[in-house]
Amino acid sequence: MGLSGLAIYKLLPKTNCKECGFPTCLAFAMKLSQKQADLSACPYISEEAKSALAAASAPPIRLITVGSGDNKVEVGNETVLFRHEKTFYHPPGLFVRVKDTQPLAEVEETVAQVDGYTVERVGMDLRLNGIAVENASGKADVFATCVEAVRSKTQLPIILVADDPTAMKAGLEKLDGSTPLLHAATADNWEAMAALAKEYKSPIVAQVPDGDLTALANLAEQIKGAGVEDIVLDPGTRGFADSLAALTQIRRLALKKNFRPLGYPVITFPGEGTDSEAEEVMLASEHIAKYASLIVLDHFDPATAYILLTLRLNIYTDPQKPIQVSPGLYEINGPGPDSPLLTTTNFSLTYFSVAGEVDGSGVPSWLLITDSEGMSVLTAWAAGNFDAEIIAKAVKTFGVENKIGHRKIVIPGAVAVISGELEEELPGWEIKVGPREAVDIPVYLKNVWKN
Amino acid sequence: MPVTVEIPTEKWAGSVREVTLGATADEGGTRTKTVTVGGETSLPFLHFEGKYPHPPVVAVEIQDSHPDDWSPLLLEAWGDVTKDPAAWAKKAEEIGADLIMLKLRGTDSSGAETTAAQAVAVAKAVLEATGLPLIVRGPGQAERDNELLVAVAEAASGERIALGLCEDKNYRTIVAAALAHNQLVIASSPIDVNLAKQLNILISDMALPLERVLMDPTTGALGYGLEYSFSVMERLRLAALQGDSMTQQPMICFVGEESWRQKESKVGEGVPETWGDWYKRAVMWEATTAISLLNAGADIITLRHPDNVPIVQRVIEKLMES
Ligand code: B12
Ligand code: SF4
Repeated sequence: MGLSGLAIYKLLPKTNCKECGFPTCLAFAMKLSQKQADLSACPYISEEAKSALAAASAPPIRLITVGSGDNKVEVGNETVLFRHEKTFYHPPGLFVRVKDTQPLAEVEETVAQVDGYTVERVGMDLRLNGIAVENASGKADVFATCVEAVRSKTQLPIILVADDPTAMKAGLEKLDGSTPLLHAATADNWEAMAALAKEYKSPIVAQVPDGDLTALANLAEQIKGAGVEDIVLDPGTRGFADSLAALTQIRRLALKKNFRPLGYPVITFPGEGTDSEAEEVMLASEHIAKYASLIVLDHFDPATAYILLTLRLNIYTDPQKPIQVSPGLYEINGPGPDSPLLTTTNFSLTYFSVAGEVDGSGVPSWLLITDSEGMSVLTAWAAGNFDAEIIAKAVKTFGVENKIGHRKIVIPGAVAVISGELEEELPGWEIKVGPREAVDIPVYLKNVWKN
Repeated sequence: MPVTVEIPTEKWAGSVREVTLGATADEGGTRTKTVTVGGETSLPFLHFEGKYPHPPVVAVEIQDSHPDDWSPLLLEAWGDVTKDPAAWAKKAEEIGADLIMLKLRGTDSSGAETTAAQAVAVAKAVLEATGLPLIVRGPGQAERDNELLVAVAEAASGERIALGLCEDKNYRTIVAAALAHNQLVIASSPIDVNLAKQLNILISDMALPLERVLMDPTTGALGYGLEYSFSVMERLRLAALQGDSMTQQPMICFVGEESWRQKESKVGEGVPETWGDWYKRAVMWEATTAISLLNAGADIITLRHPDNVPIVQRVIEKLMES
């Protein structure tokens, strides 16, 4: 990644004046290389050295923004090859493609569906990110009309897909300043395309055929030479194995070799290399896990959108900290003193699975969430974070006995074994073992709780 | 000045062990074919830097008695065969399964406990109905697993069946049975590199050759812990390639069981409209879990829905193109 301490030292004044707060220039250089100091702490650094250092400390994969305003997508700026090494930061943008050869009404319907789609998971609203419009007709005016129709239905970011700079310009004119991504500059048209990218301040894709990374690096350098720095790469690979190879190689070159000409996010088109919608979803899944930053789908369907959004959430979750909710006594459907009381852990996934079912049952209930370090029921139980003592403590901490008249508590079926100990920790309480899976909670609340 | 790109390849010191399931008549069993997995010398499907001598395979899960707790989508897709394990195995072979995984439920639908004799009878019927290599899993409680798996191992001596689950609690018994009757074991540990390693060490200390050990790192389904499985599998595979001998077992993932346990697959009513079509969602939930874990290094994937068998196999074929 960045420069070594010694390489930075060579650029410093070497006077050891200590004004930066470090005893020597070398000490300061070492801290800079570990990103534990800021360059501005040295008042004597030359402009030349400053720009050299800034260039070297730029992220190995450039951050690219597509679109503008609240809906913009930011991709790139990743720092690791494997999520366990730290985390993946910028989830890939998921786009759905329409073509200007489709009837306008059909285009508008798809766009409206994509725009309107949100699905809730672990308390988050998940959405697709935008629309790609392709100039399949080859005609500039047809493209412009289609782009206009798309924009009339959505403010989401747009990717313009066209080979012909004239058509591209016609499309750009319909999007006044909302920085779409231009796909693509190729060996044949890059000068005109780069000029458009510059004029409209838009990011642009560099595309080559068949995974030729040398050609890709040179094309990206040419575009950069023309004054456009916001570049996205399309290595032209479309299958399962070749795209995995190309995306892995690009990510490795950027991160391990600090190879600037390929230090950009990558775009993929899983629909182009597959024979069915099911395969497209699977290739898109591969691209989510393995290094794509923008993924253009050829199908929109709520079922598969939900799947890809869930996978993206999984892969881009910080492995160091599970998504959690605060411990406490939660009210669902307006409970009173006689309403059922259930308990579970503070792992978001667990909480939302259970809360969703209780809510859906319509039965007013209390849900006691313990402090279980964001672990699922069995994981927490195995790690000693969801046992009788912890549940009893939560009962006390959150004043359960003041709010609830009865003395009955439902524990997850998966930890039936703790009911004996819990009886001891909570004298006078009846411990009820609930079903194993949350799906069965509504039936349980309606039938079993009563007895 | 034009730049040239040098393709960055890793030089790995280690490789995954090859493990063969099933034995033909010549080899002391009755299988018509055997299946070998493992042997890779690169991260998943990176053909530019290493070998992937054996494509990952698909095992179809069947059960010893009618699984009345399964999603209606699964029961409908299989039809009557779920009431007859032998017919079920045959059907699985017909649709192209590479392996059969027989899961012993432990009790039948009336709640009566399965006896060792019953488990043996089912295993034998399945072996007779199909020529494919077999995986046999117990109900998942150490003591019952021991009782049933030991009996099956003995009755099917020499078949090179993979016995599971072999965990820290019961590995001695299962490994002893595998040793005595030329079977394999599935070493199972909860999503942890060190625990997986430790168990492999204990097993090899009992003198079971590691060529007869598969590793189950624990599967989390899409949306239900997948990311943890994904990362632990990547770490295990990296360790294997870096030469850590006790992590070099091929990995098996129980994808069908985990993904069909989730609400998204199990139920079609009373769920948000934004979840879309039930069949599509449920089937793709399983397939997506499968592909994600294949990309993390899985060598054997178990599936429940028959429609996914050709779909996942076709994707594996495409991943193997170099
Ligand atoms: C992901 C995972 C992890 C992640 C942690 C994820 C997290 N934030 O919790 C990691 C990798 C860190 C992990 C670690 C461990 N894990 Co773990 N883990 C899993 C895994 C794969 C999925 C768990 C999950 O997310 N489930 C989804 C959630 C939603 O399920 P849930 O909380 O149980 O909730 C469901 C039900 O219980 C029910 N429910 C929940 N609350 C309530 C309340 C009521 C009233 C009712 C009625 C129902 C109900 O509804 C939910 C949906 O149906 C499972 C295996 C599996 N495939 O399930 C193992 C598993 C839970 N882990 C296990 C173990 C042993 C461990 C470790 C102890 C291993 C070790 N020694 O290091 C550690 C412990 C942590 C530590 N010491 O750091 C074991 C537990 C074994 C047992 N039976 O006791 C399991 C079952 C794996 C196995 N087969 O061995 N684990
Ligand atoms: S302030 Fe600058 S010149 Fe002075 S010691 Fe620090 S790095 Fe060196």
